[in-house]
Amino acid sequence: MTTKTWSVPYGWLLLAPAAILLVGFTHYPAAATLVHSLFSTGTAVRPSRFVGLANYAALADDPVFWQVLGNNFWFALGTIPTSIALALLMAIWVNGRLPARALVRMSYFTPTVLPMIAVANLWLYFYTPQIGLLDKLTALFGAGSHNWLGDPHTVMGCLIAMTLWKEAGFFMIFYLAALQSLPPELEEAARVEGASRWYFFRRVTFPLLMPTTLFVLVNATINSFKLVDHLFILTKGGPDNASNLLLYYIYQVAFSFFDTSYASTLTVVLLLLLGAFAILQFQLIEKRVHYR
Amino acid sequence: MKKLLAAIFIGFLTAVSPAQAVELTFYYPIAVGGPLTKVVDNLVAGFQKEHPDVRINAVYAGNYDDARIKALAALRAGQPAQMSVLFSIDLYELLEQDAILPFDDVAGTPADKAWLKSFYPALMANGTYKGKVYGIPFQRSTIVMYWNKEAFKEAGLDPEKPPATWNEMAQMAAKLVKKDASGNVSRWGVMVPSTGYAYWMFQAFARENGQDLMNREGNRTNFAHPDVVGALQYWVDLGNKSKVMPEGTVEWGTLRQSFTEGKTAIMWHTTGNLTAVKDTARFPFGVAMLPASKQRGSPTGGGNWYLFKKSTPAERKAALEFIKWVTAPERTAEWSIATGYVGTRPDAYETPKLKEYVSGFPQAAVARDQLKFATAELSTFQTGRVRKALDDAIQAALTGGKSPADALKAAQQESERLLKPYR
Repeated sequence: MTTKTWSVPYGWLLLAPAAILLVGFTHYPAAATLVHSLFSTGTAVRPSRFVGLANYAALADDPVFWQVLGNNFWFALGTIPTSIALALLMAIWVNGRLPARALVRMSYFTPTVLPMIAVANLWLYFYTPQIGLLDKLTALFGAGSHNWLGDPHTVMGCLIAMTLWKEAGFFMIFYLAALQSLPPELEEAARVEGASRWYFFRRVTFPLLMPTTLFVLVNATINSFKLVDHLFILTKGGPDNASNLLLYYIYQVAFSFFDTSYASTLTVVLLLLLGAFAILQFQLIEKRVHYR
Repeated sequence: MKKLLAAIFIGFLTAVSPAQAVELTFYYPIAVGGPLTKVVDNLVAGFQKEHPDVRINAVYAGNYDDARIKALAALRAGQPAQMSVLFSIDLYELLEQDAILPFDDVAGTPADKAWLKSFYPALMANGTYKGKVYGIPFQRSTIVMYWNKEAFKEAGLDPEKPPATWNEMAQMAAKLVKKDASGNVSRWGVMVPSTGYAYWMFQAFARENGQDLMNREGNRTNFAHPDVVGALQYWVDLGNKSKVMPEGTVEWGTLRQSFTEGKTAIMWHTTGNLTAVKDTARFPFGVAMLPASKQRGSPTGGGNWYLFKKSTPAERKAALEFIKWVTAPERTAEWSIATGYVGTRPDAYETPKLKEYVSGFPQAAVARDQLKFATAELSTFQTGRVRKALDDAIQAALTGGKSPADALKAAQQESERLLKPYR
């Protein structure tokens, strides 16, 4: 009797620490953002008032919003598949027997350890016309100087290349851990059966790595929306928004324009997008993921 | 033992003794090269030596945007900051947030009133609204032209004669372009930065072509005027037509290195970089006023002192005392020498220190002499959005996405929409 009456509050008490943190720092801000997006931005002179969906109508009419959304799409497409493929390749490479393996693993992982701002400052000088490393390299082959970050056609490629360099090492660690947990008997059995290495990879290793791939895919997707630190240093979203990404635009609207309501509206869109991605990924890919 | 106790007691007494100690906090940004936090710390220490009853916390807050965000966030969170150095063009935003108060309200004595009038008028334009002074000039700059004398000599130009007009600059720049054997450019004629502060550079072109970009009330802009379009056309043509500047945008942050590495013979940059260029350039260089089209011209820029409303009368008085102290001719001279920023008042140039510095390094006086052609920096209500509309237009034109006329027309439309409610 006593245990039964006490079990309910006891359960809640056990749940409380995590629940309070989750509600206070995740759910409440998300809900507050949604509410805030329905009001106009107030200043000391003009108080905030309810405007319904007006902010969303403004959003639909905002050409910069559509442009940064498109940019984000290309940025995601450029970074996610390539960084996953690179990470897998690197993991298989450093999983094998090779001299100075620890050193190779460490050097692949180093970019991950560096803060994004430091990385961006490094790459700013790689990309600087004439005095930058990239131009010095292309000059060896007789090519002229190119204004890498100042040209709307190349700026996104530059950002993608830098992000790949930064991210692939991080994902490699997960693949490496997964590869090392694969039982060696499988490979022995495959060798006895005469399977080629490619066949073994395609039919055994890769399917067994599926849980890791899902995890990495989710993370890579989130990162492609979340990582904007480098824009502060490299381009500030320019030229003419050619490298502007959704989160950086939110920052500009919130802290440069001080339009917190419109920033909330953009944030709601970002939340919805990421939520939809997460659901899609878990639903679709879970069917092909083998959990042992 | 008794002695020790007494010593502790006395130590305790002195620690709390200035009974009515006023504590002040201010935020300040740094947007140019060099170890300036140290200079600011020294200023604060110097003031406290003379005023032991005032405690001052100087908080370095990143660039201008960061400083404004931090100062406003601190005010909203109820953390005290009685004054700050913020962007001179944040005026309308700060007014809209009801965060600042005019110096006229605190500066009561005739001496104070005279102090308000002791600065260069061009530097007061961005800090004055409806006849009241809200911003006292501190780290202020204008755009100046740096030129590499060695490159001029090499190109057969007189190294002591910088271009004085737009035509001259285009012609000289064409001679200054250097190509290697395979036809690639190894040195450009001129570079004008167009990331970060594109609107600011553009204001110089527009002013030189006879136009100011906004009105005094901060609620109208003038982006689509034919002369403004002409100004952007000239800038675009430097890259696309006469090929004396790289096509596309030129990065603000790395331009100084490009100049000191000899990759461009001329650059337009803030005078705030003067000391850093002086320290790193390994060739003789000159500093000149920007060239003229219809007239000379440059916007002013940089940071002003603001007083915050959320403060007690005693704090306001102490804050005013500090700002007066820090902007006194002597300190202004020291600050100008340490940074390259303009001395904000004529009498600073009469101090022995700055006189001596200018006679040994005449480049330091160029920004001052240019002040008589200077105009206020672009600042309106909704200033962040209006500025971005103009920035985007400039970058679109420079990268060939739009013609200067179309780009500026779009920016003007956007600014009309934004500013209508403020008329």
